[in-house]
Amino acid sequence: MGRKLLLEKAHVEGIRTYEVYRREGGYRSVEKALKSMTPEQVVEEVKKSGLRGRGGAGFPAGMKWSFIAKPEGVPRHLVCNADESEPGTFKDRYLMEFIPHLLIEGLIVSSFALGSNATYVYIRGEYAWIAGILEKAIDEAKHNGFLGKNILGSGFDCEIYIHRGAGAYICGEETALIESLEGKRGNPRIKPPFPAIKGAWGRPTVVNNVETLCAVVPIINDGGEEYARIGVGKSTGTKLLSACGNINKPGIYEIDMTISVEEFIYSDEYCGGIADGKRLKACIPGGSSVPILPANLLLKTAKGETRYMNYESLADGGFATGSMMGSGGFIVLDEDQCVVRHTMTLARFYHHESCGQCSPCREGTGWMEKILKNIEYGKGKPSDIDLLWDIQRKIEGNTICPLGDAAAWPVAAAIRHFRDEFEWHITNPVAAQQRNFGLAHYADPLEVAATA
Amino acid sequence: MSEEKKLFKVTIDNITVEVEPGTTVLMAARKIGGEVAPPAMCFYSKLEGSGGKCRTCLVEVAAGSTADPRPMPKLVASCRTNVMDGMIVKNITSERVVDARKGVVEILLINHPLDCPICDQAGECHLQDLGYDHGAEGTRYEFKRRTFKKEDIGPYIQLHMTRCILCYRCTYVADQLTNKRVHGIVERGDHAAISTYISKAIENDFSGNMIDVCPVGALTDKTFRFKNRVWFLKPVNAHRDCTKCSGKVTLWNRGDEVFRVTARKDQWGEVEEFICNTCRFDKKETKDWVIEGPTLVNRHSVVSQGHYTGLEMPKETIQEVMNGRKPKLLMNIHDVSEVNKPEIDLSAIQGPAHSEDFK
Amino acid sequence: MSTQFSEEKLNKIKEIVTHYPEGEQKSALLPVLHLAQQEFGGWLDVPVMDYVASLLSLEPIEVYEVATFYSMYNMKPVGKFMFEVCQTGPCMLRGSDDIIAYIEQKLSIKAGETTNDGMFTLKPVECLGACGYAPMMQLGNYYREHLTKEKVDQIIDECRTSVAINN
Repeated sequence: MGRKLLLEKAHVEGIRTYEVYRREGGYRSVEKALKSMTPEQVVEEVKKSGLRGRGGAGFPAGMKWSFIAKPEGVPRHLVCNADESEPGTFKDRYLMEFIPHLLIEGLIVSSFALGSNATYVYIRGEYAWIAGILEKAIDEAKHNGFLGKNILGSGFDCEIYIHRGAGAYICGEETALIESLEGKRGNPRIKPPFPAIKGAWGRPTVVNNVETLCAVVPIINDGGEEYARIGVGKSTGTKLLSACGNINKPGIYEIDMTISVEEFIYSDEYCGGIADGKRLKACIPGGSSVPILPANLLLKTAKGETRYMNYESLADGGFATGSMMGSGGFIVLDEDQCVVRHTMTLARFYHHESCGQCSPCREGTGWMEKILKNIEYGKGKPSDIDLLWDIQRKIEGNTICPLGDAAAWPVAAAIRHFRDEFEWHITNPVAAQQRNFGLAHYADPLEVAATA
Repeated sequence: MSEEKKLFKVTIDNITVEVEPGTTVLMAARKIGGEVAPPAMCFYSKLEGSGGKCRTCLVEVAAGSTADPRPMPKLVASCRTNVMDGMIVKNITSERVVDARKGVVEILLINHPLDCPICDQAGECHLQDLGYDHGAEGTRYEFKRRTFKKEDIGPYIQLHMTRCILCYRCTYVADQLTNKRVHGIVERGDHAAISTYISKAIENDFSGNMIDVCPVGALTDKTFRFKNRVWFLKPVNAHRDCTKCSGKVTLWNRGDEVFRVTARKDQWGEVEEFICNTCRFDKKETKDWVIEGPTLVNRHSVVSQGHYTGLEMPKETIQEVMNGRKPKLLMNIHDVSEVNKPEIDLSAIQGPAHSEDFK
Repeated sequence: MSTQFSEEKLNKIKEIVTHYPEGEQKSALLPVLHLAQQEFGGWLDVPVMDYVASLLSLEPIEVYEVATFYSMYNMKPVGKFMFEVCQTGPCMLRGSDDIIAYIEQKLSIKAGETTNDGMFTLKPVECLGACGYAPMMQLGNYYREHLTKEKVDQIIDECRTSVAINN
């Protein structure tokens, strides 16, 4: 059983309330940081921990913090990215809904480290009731002296405000989130300047994911080095995974990044195997944007080695034969699922969520969706596959923000690994309306090229 | 300490130029000029905050700077990327750029109505130019093109949303030149549109500049609508005393008739000085203006094909000086020279001709 | 319906504005639009948006731009109960297409439509972040998860009953 840092107390009765959370050792990290550490020391601990941003990009959090500009007399802000919208990902919601004080605690310590006296939680608009849960937690924390003026006599003032979005995936991109926080359309900004220099209201701003900020709590409690001891290589600490799709036990799991993908899918501690006794066909291991892999490449790398649930191993083989950890949204497809249809829904999603600011994404996402719809509904042409490939290639890397890449990658990976399924749809339009391509050879063991 | 400002050296398509720090790659490239300057559909040097959106000006940075010569992994928008000292940029010398730009042009055109035959912007449309210069011959798009509900935005400006490429320039004009913005971008994604949302008339002393900055035919001059083709008109520079603006304009004439008034534009198609709506819409008679002379028109522009009506063509004078006699053949060169022998078929010579070939 | 917030709501808005730096009251636009939609009939008519603009000292177009960008603001009237059923990949894998088809059949409306009595609107939406509890829908401020046909029947009955009680 892997070690749990974030969800250890998740099942304690009443943990959502301040009293129980505090009784279970909550807010110790605030006491430790504010009473015995300088902000720089907190940043140093986070750096030592090797904690990587849990929102999807995996950028080292401590390094991000150290970039924040500190011009004299200009307020700085910490903004928590709770705009969780990547299909397949629902871990932040779990943290906020069930252990809201963990996030509040992480926010206070992180605000102290960054010198943010007004900290914001940008939560996706649809999580309306969770905004209420967080507001209640904030009130409780404030009532008990962990927020407000001169917290614990340290001289540090901090307020946390909840800002509800209103339905826009793009606001999960940090500069779009900042625009939205400013009451504008969620159009990503052109970088540079980076938020650390000029963020919300032109002030230095750090935007971090919910899980990242929660992880600061055990890092401060136990020390960065202790945290870094968990996990493997540059994948330190624990990671929350949102498991969904055709598995027996969808839900949120905390792993220490040393278990194999196979174990994660089939062990009863985690996903509990494929639902209805079916066989595994494919999986998107890190949220809808990352490349889909067929079963054979998911469980083993192209070199024939066991694939593990961590940043490096999931990315092994690059985009040719690997994928990414991303936001940890683990989407499993069983043998009866249609990759073409699934890819079409994702293309529809990105088309719907494109902000429309820059041309490749605005026009290209809709074009891809239309072609995929044609293929799915039996109107595809053989040339469509190459056309799709070319469109995604023209979008990738050429847009203002990563949404363009996020829209291109799923299409590219689906064609890369499931081209024959696309071709079957096109050459058998009638049959494709009645049944699916099935498992085909996607779980067959791969031949491993002999190493020289 | 030297008072001199250090200039940055940047090399674009193998041509090095020195520019002040803070200059963008695009502006540095324009300093070199010609094809080295990337096309720009959304960037407008006179509108703060513009650029970055259309992605036609993407370039490859082969070396970031002398201090950090690593290449940038992605193509960058040259209009929003500042030069660094020692930066090496590839525009038309980069295959990646040419390929990406071709993609952007195709994508900009998939939902464009291509209604140039009935579009007033034809002949001075940057999207037309872009398509000719950087696009492919055909499109691979086979779906119904996007349409929008028509919106009336008042007596001066005609809005054709189907032609819009969402460069946002007109919103910057409204923000930066007028006292109150009544139009903006509504909806999102590929439904995003220029609109007032409530069909409000856009009336403001400087709103007409939205027409000039619009790179396509999305915003055209309603007072000029369907009146004439720009290439049939004769642009002349003119001015008048105006209390609101510089009064320096270009008149688009046919004979003595002023068909429309626009701001003067530079070689990049950008307005030199913004003009007021009085000059643009209300002064349409020659007597309102002091004519300065013909506007310099780029010889590649279709406008340069325009007929300057009333202009006398030079006459054929040979017959006149010969008192009506037709010129006659004075001599055949072959009769007096042995150099070019008529029996030698020049086209049969492989490569350049040598004296040997005529022996 | 008069377009005027109650004293209580106006105070709430005043409090929201204090969350942001001085002079940055535009930042309160999203929360105030949420309030307005809740208060004035479940959608944002032009007079409502103009009223919000006046409250926050904004130009009306600034409000139109923002309101039309976000999918949660309804720019047209909707039914009393809006079934926003997620149709993105992970929900699709768990049968969201069938749920949408069932609701269409049950309420005799097509996706995107409202029933004649103005009670129900069916709106297929994109990922709501409940992939592990699929298929699911948003109903008002809450999520309804692990949907089955029986559960959909139950929810519809529940909605009808709540209206009957309140009238």
